[in-house]
Amino acid sequence: MMRFLRSAFVVGRRDFAATVLSKTFIFFLLAPLFPVAMGGLFGSIGARVAKQTERPVIAVVAPRNEFERLTQARDQMADALGDAALVKIVGFSPEANLAAQQKRLLASRSPPVRAVMSGGLDHPKLVGALSGDPATVGQLKLMIANARDGGASGMADLRVTEVRTSSGSVAADRATTAWIAQAGLFFLTLMLSTMVMSQLIEEKSNKVIEVIAAAMRIDAMFVGKLFAMLTASVFALVVWISAGALLLQMVKHGGVQSLPTPAVGWPGFLALAIIYFAMNYLLFGAAFLMIGAQASTAREVQTMSLPVTFGQMLIFAFAATAISAPDSAQGLAAAVFPLSSPMTMLARAAEDPEWWPQLAAIAWQALWVGLILRFGAQLFRRTVLKSGPRHSWWKFGKA
Amino acid sequence: MLRQASATPSPDIAVEAIDLVKDFGETRAVDGISLRVPTGAIYGLLGPNGAGKTTTLRMLLGIIDPSSGSRHVLGRDRPLDAAPEIGYLPEERGLYPAMHAREAIAFMGALRGLPLAEGRRRADALLAEHGLADWGKKSIRSLSKGMAQIVQLLGTIIHKPRLIVLDEPFAGLDAINQGRLEELIRREARSGVTVIFSTHVIAHAERLCEQVAIIAKGRVAFDGRVDEARERLRPIVRLRTRASDGAWRSAIPSSARREGDEWVFELPEGGPEPLLKALIDGGAGIETLAIERPGLHDAFVAIAGNKAAAQMAEEKVQ
Repeated sequence: MMRFLRSAFVVGRRDFAATVLSKTFIFFLLAPLFPVAMGGLFGSIGARVAKQTERPVIAVVAPRNEFERLTQARDQMADALGDAALVKIVGFSPEANLAAQQKRLLASRSPPVRAVMSGGLDHPKLVGALSGDPATVGQLKLMIANARDGGASGMADLRVTEVRTSSGSVAADRATTAWIAQAGLFFLTLMLSTMVMSQLIEEKSNKVIEVIAAAMRIDAMFVGKLFAMLTASVFALVVWISAGALLLQMVKHGGVQSLPTPAVGWPGFLALAIIYFAMNYLLFGAAFLMIGAQASTAREVQTMSLPVTFGQMLIFAFAATAISAPDSAQGLAAAVFPLSSPMTMLARAAEDPEWWPQLAAIAWQALWVGLILRFGAQLFRRTVLKSGPRHSWWKFGKA
Repeated sequence: MLRQASATPSPDIAVEAIDLVKDFGETRAVDGISLRVPTGAIYGLLGPNGAGKTTTLRMLLGIIDPSSGSRHVLGRDRPLDAAPEIGYLPEERGLYPAMHAREAIAFMGALRGLPLAEGRRRADALLAEHGLADWGKKSIRSLSKGMAQIVQLLGTIIHKPRLIVLDEPFAGLDAINQGRLEELIRREARSGVTVIFSTHVIAHAERLCEQVAIIAKGRVAFDGRVDEARERLRPIVRLRTRASDGAWRSAIPSSARREGDEWVFELPEGGPEPLLKALIDGGAGIETLAIERPGLHDAFVAIAGNKAAAQMAEEKVQ
């Protein structure tokens, strides 16, 4: 075992040094600018989609008959505009201590409430985190006017008291954090998996692999290569996170503290981000190394990796379905499926403060990483040094 | 003929292969190769391209596993267990182009368990010893093919192995570097290291090897001392006569062939004296008569066949 680890270390150290000390690593460090730009683009699309699909929830504290009139008014508007375009309203009976009730509702996670309306239809007041969302206020004014007298008296007055956060606004911010984290994980893994595969192809083409294979077990080489790139990328992650934090500190009022805090807190979230990145990379990196072992030219690699890349994108999309709905059937399935689990669980860490699902997921993913590394190393060994007549890669088992 | 693997490999035998077979799908690349390489010997694997030399070496080194058969290398059943004591120069040279020569040599030592710092120290010493101290800081991509090959060779011996395996080591080297490599092989052998090398250039094997295995079509056609291979053949007679025909013709074997204006044939059983007498009595009018000891090339032709020899000659020209 010691010799295996020592051999893996020799290969890993060489790969790490060759990666980090090369001039091209500077370009690699600049690489996140592209996914960040793309993430921003997709993020804005996603945010728009999220705003449409996850309509703000307004808690209405009013007697039952007034709430029913408001609901009827909303239904009429929904006939014209469609249900998806309107805010959601949930009724609550007034309690003796309105201030305490408002506070409790704004902190409620089920449903995540954006604002609380009280004062009845005659003197409506709105308390909540609604800055930058005039549409919600406008919709409520129309609903109130319709509920009063069918809109005959014109637009209703609605006094709005702004609070910094509500459970609804926090949920939306956390969903954004979850989405950005997931997208970052996906792009980073894709980039690194492709890099580790390119290195392998280079070694196959310049025949260094023959020298290495004569000196050590080929699975030690497999593990060494995989962990070298992991180490290099953790190094890059530290650079990126530090640079990002510094940039935020300089350009954003309030610096990093102004960022929406993930549900598990920043220290926990960053630790989980590194763990899930490692898991995700090891799962996908092993798959890409297996592909690299089959191919002997860059063109073959491109041909073979294209469907895998699309598959990876599908998995990313699958994991994204869990955002804002981690306990849905899809969300749970994405958390359990090993290849989508790291991305799904990182998103969950942004939205859900519970730690036990995270620890269970890490154990589950570690099991799969172990299995895939074992299978990958075996397949790698069978195929990477095969000489003589070429065989179809899917017949590796017969080699 | 099957040979049984010895339960405890003898220390006198550095490498033993027993009925090694390697199939690649439907193609049998190696078909039951058995050989024994004595410790401290320079052992040549001779054969044309595609004969199975490289596949045999790769199996002996544990790079690939045989389809059947077994091998013992430096007393171990699993060749990779002996990897720290083996140096290997593959046929297709493998070095990282961006690495400096010194680092490349040290890295090859590290692959065999030599600490990197010690590898660097030894690399400096080796480069200086070979008058190549200036190469240390040069990247591999800036070196010529021959220079890079020498660097890789130094990397092959950096960890002071007990067994050195060289696959077509002379390919691509100029005459000066070929001489340098031959000297290096002899020096290693003098210090007790076992050297196995494959080649399709018979002259190298003839100059260097004490023992050879002649491989053709995935089988060992001969395994033994170079002298034994030569002794399989009778001496060769080269005869030039003034008379083109006559009674003397009955004195030379019917298998004699013409090479230019010479007759070439194996010395008959009776030896040179009866032959000379018969030629003189038969009125041959001897102009020149030379009796030559057969070379390894002749032995190779006799053992592996004309076709294999012609293929090797063609590869040498290429």
